[in-house]
Amino acid sequence: MTKSLSDLTIFAARTGLTSRAFSSFDLVTACLDRIKQLNPEFHAFLALNDSALTEAKAADLKISAGEDLPLLGVPIAVKDNFLTQGIVTTAASKVLDNYLPQYDATVVKKMKNAGAIVLGKTNMDAWAHGSSTETSDFGPTLNPWNSNYLPGGSSGGSASAVAAGMCPAAIGSETAGSIRQPAAWCGVTGFKPTYGRASRYGVIAMASSTDSPGPITKTVADARLLAGVLAGPDPLDATSSPRPAEEILAPGPDLKHLKIGLPASYLLPQMRSDVKQLILDAALQFEKLGATVTEISLLDPKYSIGVYTIIQRSEVSSNLARFDGIRYGHDRSAFGPEAKRRIMLGTFALSSGYYDRYYHKAEQVRTLVIRDFARAFTDVDLIIGPTSPGPALPVGASLNQPMFGEMEDILVEPSSIAGLTGINVPCGFVDSLPIGLQIIGPQFGEAVVLSAAAAYQNSTPWHEHVPVL
Amino acid sequence: MSWQMVLGFEVHVELATASKMFCGCPADHFGKPPNSQTCPVCLGLPGALPVPNAKAIEWCIKLGLALDCRVNLFSKFDRKNYFYPDLPKGYQISQYDLPFCHHGQVVLSNGKTIRITRVHMEEDTGKLQHATVDGKKVSLIDFNRSGVPLVEIVTEPDFDNTADAIEYLKEIHSLVRFLGISSADMEKGTMRLEANISVRPSGQTALPDYKVEVKNVNSFRFIKKAIEFEVARQIKLLESGTRPLQETRGFSESRGETVSQRTKEEAKDYRYFPEPDIPPFRFTQTQVGDWQKQLPLLPAGIRAELISRGILPAKAAQVASDPGRYHMFTKLTQSGFDTVKAVDIINNIPPDISNDLDKIIIWAKSKSATGTTNPAQLRVLAQKVIAANPKVITDIKSGKTQALFFLIGQMRREFPDLDVPSAQSLLKDLVG
Ligand SMILES: [Zn+2]
Repeated sequence: MTKSLSDLTIFAARTGLTSRAFSSFDLVTACLDRIKQLNPEFHAFLALNDSALTEAKAADLKISAGEDLPLLGVPIAVKDNFLTQGIVTTAASKVLDNYLPQYDATVVKKMKNAGAIVLGKTNMDAWAHGSSTETSDFGPTLNPWNSNYLPGGSSGGSASAVAAGMCPAAIGSETAGSIRQPAAWCGVTGFKPTYGRASRYGVIAMASSTDSPGPITKTVADARLLAGVLAGPDPLDATSSPRPAEEILAPGPDLKHLKIGLPASYLLPQMRSDVKQLILDAALQFEKLGATVTEISLLDPKYSIGVYTIIQRSEVSSNLARFDGIRYGHDRSAFGPEAKRRIMLGTFALSSGYYDRYYHKAEQVRTLVIRDFARAFTDVDLIIGPTSPGPALPVGASLNQPMFGEMEDILVEPSSIAGLTGINVPCGFVDSLPIGLQIIGPQFGEAVVLSAAAAYQNSTPWHEHVPVL
Repeated sequence: MSWQMVLGFEVHVELATASKMFCGCPADHFGKPPNSQTCPVCLGLPGALPVPNAKAIEWCIKLGLALDCRVNLFSKFDRKNYFYPDLPKGYQISQYDLPFCHHGQVVLSNGKTIRITRVHMEEDTGKLQHATVDGKKVSLIDFNRSGVPLVEIVTEPDFDNTADAIEYLKEIHSLVRFLGISSADMEKGTMRLEANISVRPSGQTALPDYKVEVKNVNSFRFIKKAIEFEVARQIKLLESGTRPLQETRGFSESRGETVSQRTKEEAKDYRYFPEPDIPPFRFTQTQVGDWQKQLPLLPAGIRAELISRGILPAKAAQVASDPGRYHMFTKLTQSGFDTVKAVDIINNIPPDISNDLDKIIIWAKSKSATGTTNPAQLRVLAQKVIAANPKVITDIKSGKTQALFFLIGQMRREFPDLDVPSAQSLLKDLVG
């Protein structure tokens, strides 16, 4: 496939727009063309913004007038669990198949205020319940590297769209791996800010205590730029941090002063040796860049699966209660099997007599996980490891596997339940499928994570590989 | 066999804050067009998040302090999960194991202490209206009330008679109004009474193994009737060897009877868990101390003060029953009426002028002109008597202080119930 404007990064697009090499109208047209061409096969988008071209023209006028905003004229795809005023928002569930939001999610509003154009809404596991995008009520998204494979999830549509060059960038949301794992499987950059760094207002809630919006991009530089726009305190979200978004954009320390930990427990016994080797290569690369890499011990990530499963199911059972069949046009039979399973499990876990045994205990273990990371971060600045146990899995792999997501997200769940920040960057290929490296930082340590990730990315070629389509 | 009632209360009070508990919509919903005061948050739309109203929390804690409660310095909201069409999120944000306030007490006039279990904060629900639209019977939902701040005050089952119960409820009613945190209007539903009633053999200390909840009673008179009816009903059942059902009952005003609404033999499982959308609260002792200091003079304090000034407890209670009355009382004392007179006036105001302070003062003055004294009139009279008796004044000035009583006698002709000591000091002042 010939190169298109839609293959550009945000930075390259902005350079082209401000130098008038092309217009926002050209850029959006290129994206729409690419979507038209590829979406029937990959099914990354569930809906397009009908007025994207009109908005592009308006952006071009502003650019001509000399207006300068970080995302002015750049089309960005939005995961379908972010409310977008006037664009149908379904969270990939038939329960909301014609739901037209009355307001924009805070991060969508921020993105628009920064000049971005909402290109369309991307596919996901219904209600974000999954790690494959195979449980979408509207059919699965496929992996641009090989359409027999899954893109990961739940932000699989966003990751697939960015990897296939349907848009310069996308936003996703992560509850436990939902940005980093699909980014790993699709060979793109996926950044999860600290819990509370970006507002959850207007994000259809999955697990309220871990949901974090964040960017999926082609480069770390783009992730940093986009995250800087999305982040910041929101008076409409009581759990949003008062810390200023600019912290994310602060220059990180020199790699020569960085101590990086590689937890032995994250190189799982069942992991393929070629995948392990890519992670060890990445560690070596960090040493070459001047950082000190040491092996560290962290709690076995398996404990986080139990914690996450209980807390997430419990919160889901309550968060989905508002879709009670009275409003939104459908009764509760419109819920898919995965949502029903999670509602039942969460309802059970919160039932009187079981609360202490399950939810309460899970919260206690969660505290231990948080302390375990805090202890580790007294010795090292960052933690690295594989994002996923292996490359993308074939289509159908998640079917009849209720714990599929938890097993695939085992390496990102601990940092999610601890509310930490982390990023996935591509670090090589096995079987012509991308492998992702994750870099985890302490809460509000985004600047350090991003600078280390940028240094790694700028010294490796992996992010430059694009699928042949 | 003789029986004893076991009674406790749950009282809900809607706070009169400007905005709702978790969003910016106006909290005053009475008589507003349906669904005109709503937003994504109080409609429970997808993606909307609650942001707690700091004023409502402060008021809840102040009410707790006024009820002699302990304040939890670490507190949080919880979700109470249940399905009802007027509950748009499918859960109510309430408080479970860490209410803002707990372990308080109210001391009744007979010296008996009623233990307050807890005072917690929650949100109100919407309202269902059953109507016929285009010939079809439908249920309509008005969400104006959804999310209005609601405080719940729960007592231990410490009551064994209705007189104490009514005194307690009236105390809560006036306390809330003195704090200025709610209109506490039972007709409008801004104060709602719920009685938990059971009966046990006299002398038994263990609580009965059932209780009946009587809800939706909107006056003190009716709650008294409801309790009396319910106790009689339960005794009758127990005497025939039947344990009354654990249930919720309403009160039919026309029949003067309680009626079964729903039986709940097992405790309902609300699957409480900490509200993940709202971080927990940490208060400091200083903050709580400041709130304590900010409390206005409250009914108990007013009663004690009046009683110390010689007012009968029942009369003192009347003045302290309502902030409006107390306000008039202070205005009257400021206009020169002494405590006894002011209390007397307050407790005898003709209903047609009961809301108009100026009219009350005029009325009170005219009343004292025909029998009761008033300092201003007393002064005019004293001056008149002094002017008419120059010789007596000379006598007084030359040291014959007993001559003062001649003047007092003159004044008494006009004002038979004259307060002698105050007339005496007034005359001394005027004569010099
Ligand atoms: Zn509202």
